[in-house]
Amino acid sequence: MISADIQTVMPEIILAVYAMLALLVAVYTTKDAMAPLLTWVTSGLFVLLAFYIGAGEAVTTTAFDGMFNNDGFARFAKIVILISAASVLVMSQEYMQKRDLLRFEYPLLVALSVVGMMVMVSAGDLMALYMGLELQSLALYVVASLRRDSLKSTEAGLKYFVLGALSSGLLLYGASLTYGFAGTTLFSGIMAAASADFSLGLLFGVVFMLAGFAFKVSAAPFHMWTPDVYEGSPTPVTAFFATAPKVAAMGLFARVVHDAFGGIVAEWQQIVAFLAVASMFWGAVAAISQRDIKRLMAYSSIAHMGFALMGLAAGTVLGVQAMLIYMAIYVTMNVGTFAFILGMEKDGRPITDIESLKSYSKKQPLMSLVVLIMMFSLAGVPPMLGFFGKFYVLRAAYDAGLGWLAVAGVVASVIGAFYYLRIVYYVYFGEDTDGVDGTMSPVLWTAAVVTAAIVLLAWVPGINLFGIETIAQAAAETLVN
Amino acid sequence: MGNLLSLTTFIPLLGAAILALFLRGSDDAAQNNAKWVAMATTLATFLVSLFILFGFDPSNTDFQFVEERPWLLGMNYKMGVDGISVLFVMLTTFLMPLVIASCWNVSTRVKEYMIAFLLLETLMLGVFMALDLVLFYLFFEAGLIPMFLIIGIWGGANRIYASFKFFLYTFLGSVLMLVAMVAMFSQAGTTDIPTLMTYNFASEDFSILGVQIVGGMQTLLWIAFFASFAVKMPMWPVHTWLPDAHVQAPTAGSVVLAAILLKMGGYGFLRFSLPMFPIGSEVLGPMVLWLSVIAIIYTSLVALVQEDMKKLIAYSSVAHMGYVTMGIFAVNQQGIDGAIFQMISHGFISGALFLCVGVIYDRMHTREIDAYGGLVNRMPAYALIFLFFTMANVGLPGTSGFIGEFLVLMGIFQVNTWVAMFATTGVILSAAYALWLYRRVVMGDLIKESLRTISDMTTRERFIFAPLAFMTLLLGVYPALVLDIIGPSVTALVDNYDMATAGMTAAATH
Repeated sequence: MISADIQTVMPEIILAVYAMLALLVAVYTTKDAMAPLLTWVTSGLFVLLAFYIGAGEAVTTTAFDGMFNNDGFARFAKIVILISAASVLVMSQEYMQKRDLLRFEYPLLVALSVVGMMVMVSAGDLMALYMGLELQSLALYVVASLRRDSLKSTEAGLKYFVLGALSSGLLLYGASLTYGFAGTTLFSGIMAAASADFSLGLLFGVVFMLAGFAFKVSAAPFHMWTPDVYEGSPTPVTAFFATAPKVAAMGLFARVVHDAFGGIVAEWQQIVAFLAVASMFWGAVAAISQRDIKRLMAYSSIAHMGFALMGLAAGTVLGVQAMLIYMAIYVTMNVGTFAFILGMEKDGRPITDIESLKSYSKKQPLMSLVVLIMMFSLAGVPPMLGFFGKFYVLRAAYDAGLGWLAVAGVVASVIGAFYYLRIVYYVYFGEDTDGVDGTMSPVLWTAAVVTAAIVLLAWVPGINLFGIETIAQAAAETLVN
Repeated sequence: MGNLLSLTTFIPLLGAAILALFLRGSDDAAQNNAKWVAMATTLATFLVSLFILFGFDPSNTDFQFVEERPWLLGMNYKMGVDGISVLFVMLTTFLMPLVIASCWNVSTRVKEYMIAFLLLETLMLGVFMALDLVLFYLFFEAGLIPMFLIIGIWGGANRIYASFKFFLYTFLGSVLMLVAMVAMFSQAGTTDIPTLMTYNFASEDFSILGVQIVGGMQTLLWIAFFASFAVKMPMWPVHTWLPDAHVQAPTAGSVVLAAILLKMGGYGFLRFSLPMFPIGSEVLGPMVLWLSVIAIIYTSLVALVQEDMKKLIAYSSVAHMGYVTMGIFAVNQQGIDGAIFQMISHGFISGALFLCVGVIYDRMHTREIDAYGGLVNRMPAYALIFLFFTMANVGLPGTSGFIGEFLVLMGIFQVNTWVAMFATTGVILSAAYALWLYRRVVMGDLIKESLRTISDMTTRERFIFAPLAFMTLLLGVYPALVLDIIGPSVTALVDNYDMATAGMTAAATH
């Protein structure tokens, strides 16, 4: 029995043991000199684990009396998390090294937070949920303030920590209410209790928990930390924040609302729909006045989370499928965009002012094209991948009777299009200035060009989004029943 | 040739890829190479598209040359043409070589310029051939990207404002259409356009927030599509992006915009609004007729007071598009025949007029009407060409402009005499602004010092105008060339529409 349990959580155990061992080894040997090696090994391990999970049998297994689920949904989310974390790690190495930030703790903290994320999306119990969430969050608080001598970076770490603790508190409060009224922390038990008798106490539990999740996915009105943390953290860390943790938090969100509260969709649907609308509009409107590309990407991610939540608000298989596809596409776009942002520098110093991109297209035609593709994709203009993500969630929302939400979403996307267009405007129409240097390192160049090619071409008949549609559907079916 | 349509659509894309990948440098030789590659590509596209025209069977009202491949979400990549779309395809492939030829003098970022136009051609062709809702949307929206760049990079002084306005205006219109498409997908379970054309969307009245929606779902869907196509067309009062875009766009961009991109709106009405939402069209069609009348009269009056030549022609385009929407929503054989004819003919005429402005703009670098006068003394050939297309724009019998307007007015007269009467004043107004423009620019004595050395059209420019003038004249004296091809499809469209709305009219009288 116990060996079967261990078998189920094998990837998490491997990663956790690796992180701790590597920590010891590094401390007792060469410390920061090992950091580049550790970065590569960690991301290599991520990719291996992703393959291991992907190649595993497509069956649902649970471990520790239902505390931990290994189903199609968890596997899908884990693969997206692992691959995106791996690519961000690889991309960040050079940037960190140049700025003397590449401490050996960095890849290991990332690895630990990934363990937390994997537990989050697999959680089948409130305890496992909280454990995963905190493991992930604590590691992230530290990497946010990785640049110890920078005021902004420490500010980012502190803000993230204080607000994160607050949200964890909310979540915990909701969880305890839920436990109190349902009499169990197991999702399946909560599901049965909620379906049988949905009391006011449970409703409060749901509301508090959703507020906590909204904070983690940075959905408005719980988004305030995002711009500051994105701006203050070192750019590779920002890139990481924008990708894997978002997938994990959305995965957890979907997990709880469907596994624990799947019987009472109507009760939480309106909350999620409100979060979606608020995020889409606030993300679109507030970004208009931003001049810093990292802050801008923060608001962009808020708006994108709104769209992903729109899929979730549907409360159907189609909705979860759309959310999963949306997140996979979102992560792809963000990896590409951040590959470009990481390469933005002037005289060797990183620069994040969007005005520095003026007339970039004259220096770097190819990279400008990448920016163009990414921006139009983020704006959701076909034929880029971003459009297909939006199409899936719109369809799911409409099918679930949320036509008004779909209309609100597309209107918000038009508002949002403005600031993406402005970046294109700087890159292509701007007058000559001495903005960013033209050159980019080979790793970043490759990452940007490859993701741009995917974003531009993955919809072509014959490629059909690499068959992600059917995989996501199967994943969604294991979650929603 | 099972994939003739895809071949035609993607030849320009191939040309763009060749330019992007293999052409290096920015010296004169490289620039010339870029132009020649683009020219060869568009000519090849035109030649291939001739196979479509000659292989097309007008008596068959079904879609022809259909090809289908599985795609996402159970949708299909499906292309095909019928009598309504085939001529738009031909219009596009016919005009593109002329457009490329017209930008022979461009010298900034030539390679990118050519790539943008080739990309645009692919996307425009895709719009007219797509037989899947989402595929259509994809081509329809993607076309904004190259046009945004064309206006923004190669445009005039106020190009940033114009390009943003162009993009956001059209984008806002289209996203509502996207939601409507999602709704149709949800209701009918398919995005296949031929299937949807015969699908009966729910039309029971219901109320939203206390407002009674006559025609129910169909009306809502119709409004969403209308939002997109009316902006694209553009119809009064959402036309304001067009004058800005036209004035700031480079000449070739204006030509494409006026001659082809605007037609997507009219094509959309014919492909979606009428066959898919007949009840919605019946409910809101009269509104469109009056909007069209307002557009014709109002924009004609606005055109009268313009100082800028391009702006004047842009407003004249809006007025002429008013005839098109009017003809379409008259929903009878003459009206729709006339609307399609008007669109094709306007493609030649407005394209030529913008080229005419381009000819003197290239020489004097101003579009102010006041800066010209008496050009006939130095540019007799230009005066002749400009006169010819001015007359065609006015709708002189013998030119294609006349046939289109006449058929539309004939169609609308059977539906609503008042609308027909007011719309006819547009013919007079168009004569007023077009002839007055001509007088101010071409006639009179050459008194402006700066014009003393202006030279007449070059051989290249004459070659660009020759095919346009030929087509305008040919269609003017022998309209059956077009009407024979579109006729059967239009008859089928009108019959289906009448059948679908017959029940409704019966219920109303009951």
